[in-house]
Formats: sequence, C-alpha cells, structure tokens
Amino acid sequence: MRRRLFIFSFLVAPVTLYLVYVIAPYAQAFYIAMTNWRGVNAAPQFIGLENFGRLLGDGVFWKAVGHNALLLALLPVITIALALVFAYLLNVGGAGGRTGVWGSKFYRVLFFFPQVLAVTIVAVLFQQVFRPDDSGMLNAPLMALGLKPVGFLSNPSIALWSVMAVLIWQAVGFYVVLFSAGLASIPREMFEAAQIDGAGRMSMFFRVTLPLLRDTVQVAWVYLGIIAMDAFAIVWVMTDQHGGPDRSTTVMAAEIYRNAFQYFQFGYASALGVVMFFFVLGFAVLSLRLSRRERIEF
Amino acid sequence: MSVSRRELLRAAALIPAAGALAACATPVQQTPATQAAGAKKALEVWIFDGGFGHQYATDIHQPLFKSKFPDVEVKHNFTKEITKVLQPRFAGGNPPDVIDNSGANAMDFGALAQDGQLLDLGPLLEMPSWDDESVKVKDTVDPAVINFGTFDGKFFVLGYVNYIFGVWYSQKAFTDNGWAAPKTWDDFIALCETIKKSGKMAPFTYAGKHPQYLYEILLTMAAKIGGNDVLVNIDNLEDGAWKAPAMLEAATRWAEVGAKYLMEGTAGLDHVQTQTAQNKYEVAMLPSGSWLENEQKSTTPPDFAYGMFPVPDVTGSDKLPYGTLHTQPGENFIVPAKAANTQGGVDYLRAMLSKKAAGDFSKMVATVSVVKGAGEGLELSPGVKSASAAVAAAGSNTVFYRWQSWYAQLKDEAIAATGQLMTGGVTPEKYLERIQAKAEEIKKDSSIKKFKR
Repeated sequence: MRRRLFIFSFLVAPVTLYLVYVIAPYAQAFYIAMTNWRGVNAAPQFIGLENFGRLLGDGVFWKAVGHNALLLALLPVITIALALVFAYLLNVGGAGGRTGVWGSKFYRVLFFFPQVLAVTIVAVLFQQVFRPDDSGMLNAPLMALGLKPVGFLSNPSIALWSVMAVLIWQAVGFYVVLFSAGLASIPREMFEAAQIDGAGRMSMFFRVTLPLLRDTVQVAWVYLGIIAMDAFAIVWVMTDQHGGPDRSTTVMAAEIYRNAFQYFQFGYASALGVVMFFFVLGFAVLSLRLSRRERIEF
Repeated sequence: MSVSRRELLRAAALIPAAGALAACATPVQQTPATQAAGAKKALEVWIFDGGFGHQYATDIHQPLFKSKFPDVEVKHNFTKEITKVLQPRFAGGNPPDVIDNSGANAMDFGALAQDGQLLDLGPLLEMPSWDDESVKVKDTVDPAVINFGTFDGKFFVLGYVNYIFGVWYSQKAFTDNGWAAPKTWDDFIALCETIKKSGKMAPFTYAGKHPQYLYEILLTMAAKIGGNDVLVNIDNLEDGAWKAPAMLEAATRWAEVGAKYLMEGTAGLDHVQTQTAQNKYEVAMLPSGSWLENEQKSTTPPDFAYGMFPVPDVTGSDKLPYGTLHTQPGENFIVPAKAANTQGGVDYLRAMLSKKAAGDFSKMVATVSVVKGAGEGLELSPGVKSASAAVAAAGSNTVFYRWQSWYAQLKDEAIAATGQLMTGGVTPEKYLERIQAKAEEIKKDSSIKKFKR
C-alpha cells in the first residue's frame, strides 16, 4: 500500500499536467468548434454544427487536405527508401558486406545535420536556396548557364514539390540513424550466412535487411505520416503568403492557423482542427491495423 | 520546521492542480480589479515595433504626456507580434490602455469592433486640443483619419501617420539617364520600353511575394478612370463592383506590365528584396508608400534621391484628374473599452496629436503625420518632400479603400489572384471574376460583420 502510494505520488504531477494541458484543450476545442467565437469576446454563441457544414464547402480547406494527402502518399515512401539505402550503405554496404562504405563515419554525421537545425532556420535557409534571382543557391548556377531562373517557391505548380523536398531533406537523417540502430540489432551471422549462400548486395538488402527491419520501418511510417499531416512550420515560414502562391502549398494546419489568428474565427478554426484530429487519428489506426503481422523472432 | 518527504511530495502534487483553472482556452468573464480611489493609476502602452521602431513613444510622446500627468506611471511595452501578445489579454478581459495595433500581425479591427472591445474615441475629437484649449482635436487632424477610424458610425481607431501611395523611383537615375516621370499611360509604357532597351536596369518591379503592393496601384488607377465610386462600391460589397469596366481596364493594363516589363524573378521576391534591387539601380520603378524612404535608409545610396509620381492619365477621359492620390492613415492606435485606465489612454492620444509631438515624430521617423501643419518648417528628405508636394497638388482628389482591413478573407483572395494576374496565371476577366466571387461569398456569410462607408 505504501509502495503504491509512493508510485502514485510520482504520477500525479505528470498525469495532471497531461490532463490540464493536453486532454482539456482537446475537449474544449470540440466545444469551441460549435460556437462562433471570434477570440476576443467573453461570451461565444453556441451554433451547433454550422461550422462543420461550412467547412464542407470550403474549397481552400479541401485543397489543403489534398496537399496533405499528396504528402502522405509520397513523403513516407521517399524518405524511408532514401534512409534505408543510406543506412544500408553506411552499415553493411561496404565491400566485405560487414562494414559501411568508405567514409561512412563522415556521412553518418553529415546526414544527421539537418535534424540538429530548428525547423524555422531550415525554412529561412531554404528561402535563400530557392531565391529566384542570382542570389539563389540553385538559381545562380542555372542563370550562369544562361537558363531562366526557376520559381521554386513562386511558381504555383512547383512550390509544393519544393516544400516536399525540404521536408524529405530534413527527415532523412533521423531515419538513417533509426535504421542504423535497427541494423545493428540484426545478428552479424545472418549477413554472413547469406553471404556464404552467395547473396549479392541487392538480394541481401531485399531478402535479409528489409524483412528484419520491418518493425522499425513501420514505426517510421507512422512518424512520417504524422509529419506529412502536419508540415505546418515549413509551409508557414518558407512559402510566400503562408501556403501560397495562390494557396498552392497550403496544408490543414496552416488553414487552421489562418482562420484562427488572421481571420479571428476561432470557432471555425476549431472545427477545422477537430476534422484534422480525426484525419490524423484515422491514419494512425489504419496504418497500425494494416501493418500488423507476425513478428520475426531471432 | 521540518518537512517530511511525503509531505513535500503531496505538496508538489497539488501545485499543478491549482494551475488547472488558469489553463482554460475558452474565455472567462473577469471583472477588472477595481482601483482604490485616489490611487495613482498606471497607463500601459503597447507600441508596434515595426518600420518606425518604438523609440518615438519613449522619447517624444511619453515625456510630453508626463508633463501634464506627472502622477501617472507609464508602462511602456513594444512587440512585433501584437496579436500573439495581446489577443489573450482581450480574451481574459484585462487589455492594456493604449495599443498601436499595426503591422502584419495586428489584431483584426472588425472582430474587435464587432465584440465591443474598442473604446468610442468620439469624445476625444470633441475635446480641446493639447496645444490650444479653444481648438477641438478634430480640427487639428486630417479628416480622412476620422473617416478611416469609424466603424459602424463610431470612431474607434486613430491613424497617426498619413501614408501616400505612388510609383517610386530614383531622381538621380532618372536625371542621369534623361528619363522623365510619365504623365500618361502611353508615356509610362514608352518609358518602360526605353528602360528595357537601354539594358541598364529592369523597368518595373513590385513585392512579388506580397501582391497587395500591386493591387494598391491597380485599384487607385481604377478609381482614377471610373471615379471614386469604383472603390466605394468595392468597399460596400456591391454586386459586380469588382467587375466594373474601370477595374477591367486597370487590370488589363497591369497584366501587360506583368507580361513585359517586370524585373526577372519579381514573383518570388519580397518588398525588401525588390526595394534593395532598386537601391542598387537594378530596377527603375516600383509601387509603394511614403514609408519607403525610411524603411530603406540603410541601403539607399546618399545621392539616390527618392521621388514619387502619381498614377498616370490612362484613357484621356478619366473621371479623376491627373495627380489623384491614394492616401491612407496608418499606424493605428486604439484604446480598449475594457482597459483599466481608458481616460489615461484618451489623454495619451491627445498628447500624441499635439503639434510638437507630431512634428518631432515626423522628423524622427521621416514620414508625414496626420496632424495638420506638423511638418511646417522642418527639414524634409527628398522622398517625403516629393510625397508632400504630391499631396498638395492632389488637393481634394484623394481616394482610399477599406475592404482589405474589413474583410481579411477577401484580402487574401485578392492577394492570391493578383499574383496570378501578374504572372499570367489568369486573364484580367477571370481575375476580377475570382475576387468578385469571394466578395459575394463574404456578403452572404452572416458570421462576418459587414461595414459601409
């Protein structure tokens, strides 16, 4: 009993904090979503489901949902693929099959760099990288070759791809580390046995490494999915007109922020937030369900 | 006193529970703390730390205010993020006393007015002015201020500086190359052609990331062609206001500039980058306002000499004469209705409107204030001189619009559409249709408060 009380006393603080600062605001958002609160008055009016009816016809919000969906479809696949290849090369991709490629220690640090930078800094840096004149890191060489500068962020049909490239650039390093750790836990004998059986680098990757990393990849998938559903910071800081030009890069979270803090429609913004909450929840449940499988024991 | 470990833990557990009440996201009605009679009242002032900085408040306004109210303790604050810092204060029912609600992150005046959060400053206009007991405050300021600060018949917002819009250029570059400020649109296009052919610089640019700089001149031009009613109708959300013939004329002309005469990369550059390009003589002209000279002072070459010309004559039968200007009071000061010291707030604004305060302000930040005659006898910079001359020449032919501060959603749509117009993504007809559709959507939306002028 005393022991239990002791443990309980340690849990009270974090659980209370969690309830007050995480669960309670969620619950309140559901209530605010059913009001026409504009953020400054003290007496919001209850308007039922009107906000939800309105968001069904909100073209900009659905455009944002579409962008999140596109990110969700591509970002995890590309990032995981790149990270797997890099992790494989860094750990077991060397000539002997038991060490990384030449210089892997250096690359290991290099890949992790973007992860160390704050998202805002990354966004501001890439504004300069993508700059459409001869001060832009990408456009300066293009212009030196006599080509027209590319509007990486100012051309509505390119901008979202630029956003995705930055998200991938920033995420890959972390997953290289994650997959490296996963690789390290695979017994060496497995690779040796495969090698004795005559497996080349390719078949070793697809027949040994990938199946044994399944659990780690699955976790990465959920994490990256959540990044794809969010993407707020990069979009808000890096793109023109916060999700532009002409809303070509906007995402759900950006529309929530815009409606709340620029249009002062906190009620409506909360309704968007509630919808996003269910999208994210749905994604997490679905991806865990679909990927459930027997574990490989070793 | 000895405290057992268990007691300490129990106490620690109680602390977050006590904080629980404070963490509500929903608003709570609070009664402001009542002040004991005779107590020295404090005055809490928040200044937007933007292009003008916040030093003018501590160096000019506050000392002047203290000279008449020595007992009041002025609490000076400044921020670039007005909304983030002050919106929770409004929701909590304890807003500060004076706010310079300006900048990109200002609070929405429509939402504040709609919720009765702003103090009616009507009585301020009727008060005797700071300098002269026999003159009322309202007779010392530009009348546009009153028009602009009025929401639903009540004067809520005091604009302090007078923004004057036009096309800005370097007088040095123009003189050196033998170029002249154009009086007609044909002259303007011919000038663009000359500059383009000269190969010395690009003819025209605008803050491509912020297309509101471009729709500003487009709307002013439409008003010049079709008369002031073009803008009044747009502000009042009249049916088809955006699709007026004068709007189509103006949109078509600017789309042509977008297609032929823009500096390379304009669409992806912001106001600072394009303005700096102009300072480096990479581009000849750009649309902006009278804050430009002060904003660029660190990158402007000493002999650059900013100059400004108004929208040229377009059709030959324009409704408004040459010299018509878009002027607009800006740097918006408010007193919250629920502030603890509203009377102090009003007196602070009254001090700001004195000739001395306004004159020193104009000199310190190189701009034109709304106080009549405040700039008299002061040494003015070339840009301010040029803008002041344009105002004098325009006389009563000034226009303005207010829809962008009333309807934030419409502003965003116009920004997005204007960017598309200038990069050739939409035709002028589709451009106006797009904004008109948004205007109609807002008109039908009962949750958005409507304003009339």
